[in-house]
Amino acid sequence: MIIVIDYGAGNLRSVVNALTLLGYSHRVSQKPADVLSANTVILPGVGAAGDTMKSLEKLALTKPIKQYIAENRPFLGICIGLQVLLSTTKEGGEQKCLGIIPGRVRRLSEGVKIPHMGWNQVKQLKNHPVFAGIPDNTNFYFVHSYYAVPENNVAVIGTTDYGISFCSVLAQGKLVATQFHPEKSGEWGLKLYDNFMKMAGEKR
Amino acid sequence: MLTKRIIPCLDVKAGRVVKGVKFRDLRDAGDPVELAGFYNEQGADELVFYDITASSDNRSIMREVVEHTASQIFIPLTVGGGLRTVEDMHSMLQVGADKVSINTAAVLNPRLITEGARRFGSQCIVLGMDAKRVIGSTPLRWEVFTHTGADGGRGTGRDAIEWAHQAVELGAGEIVVNSIDADGTQTGYDIELLSAISESVTVPVVASGGAGTPDDLFQALTAGKADAVLAASIFHYGTYSIKDVKKFLANRGIPVRLEAGKP
Repeated sequence: MIIVIDYGAGNLRSVVNALTLLGYSHRVSQKPADVLSANTVILPGVGAAGDTMKSLEKLALTKPIKQYIAENRPFLGICIGLQVLLSTTKEGGEQKCLGIIPGRVRRLSEGVKIPHMGWNQVKQLKNHPVFAGIPDNTNFYFVHSYYAVPENNVAVIGTTDYGISFCSVLAQGKLVATQFHPEKSGEWGLKLYDNFMKMAGEKR
Repeated sequence: MLTKRIIPCLDVKAGRVVKGVKFRDLRDAGDPVELAGFYNEQGADELVFYDITASSDNRSIMREVVEHTASQIFIPLTVGGGLRTVEDMHSMLQVGADKVSINTAAVLNPRLITEGARRFGSQCIVLGMDAKRVIGSTPLRWEVFTHTGADGGRGTGRDAIEWAHQAVELGAGEIVVNSIDADGTQTGYDIELLSAISESVTVPVVASGGAGTPDDLFQALTAGKADAVLAASIFHYGTYSIKDVKKFLANRGIPVRLEAGKP
């Protein structure tokens, strides 16, 4: 079963719509037990990383998520769902995150419009099943004011330029996370979902 | 590089698209869902639904329209018109809108911006602003108008640039700047207004009101320093397709997303 984690803040609707359109059965849940028994977990996100961490802690979801990822099971993080994978975030003061990918989350630099809002290209640094059939430098839809700065580039498989070049796709084992919103990125975004689900062994 | 967004705006009245939309390929040009799909295929970067009736009865019809559209079209969707409370905003976001646009309600109650931003995030809250040149002002000034749906609107005495500034401080994540002088004329956006606002705020600015030719969009994105352009008539009347406009802009060095369509 695909579990879409509902921690009360993210707009899950588009993620759910994308899965429905692609024909993958799924369930929205905020129960720790559902995360642990899932075959695939999606952590969507809109809003602030600091608030998201607080919500996840309140719902006792941080431990099960960490355990789930540590067991190298299929996990897809989106937007804030990518940022909370890092060690800390600057959003809402310095806050601890899940610490799965060593590194920090910082605010976008001065001199560019914030939020970074709109379609921007993702440069594919590595071949990865999640990119299957998607051309290099395809545009995806971004909305964010903070970005992830991993300590090393081992897990970075995609980057995007906005004032600076930043990490827009992370992958580590069966974990994939995108700073952009594939569920808002038209047909190529849906393709990315489909690629991930195939990688996760999900059947339509 | 971040691309410039081309955003068609659909005026919806009681669940139907109004304004003379005429396309041969459409079975029902008044159906917002079908028209949204059509624009998506043409390469629209976002869509705006503007509820021009905006009574509470129609809000439930609008919710159905949004829900339907969001289940089929996977690009960002903004809903505006008649949203007065955080609950109104929530009712649209819940069914699949990504952003909500507030205009008169924000002027009457600026706290609405902050409350919306706190609850849903700044990225969800779009300030729509109607501004009109103050005749004879030097340096040039613009006044914010409200209630522009009916009889030309009401002047507020507020300065447009100051209001834009304040709205961003309150939590608006984007500003749609509509020129009352240019709106509906198809003679071009108010470029001076656009650049004045764009230079004074840190959030993205969307140009609205006045587009008649692809060159008008080009001017808004260059001299006007806008991050996106909103247009209605130029697309609805079928004079130019979104694809045509994007090619025109790309040929002039504007970064736009050209790869719409199915993989």
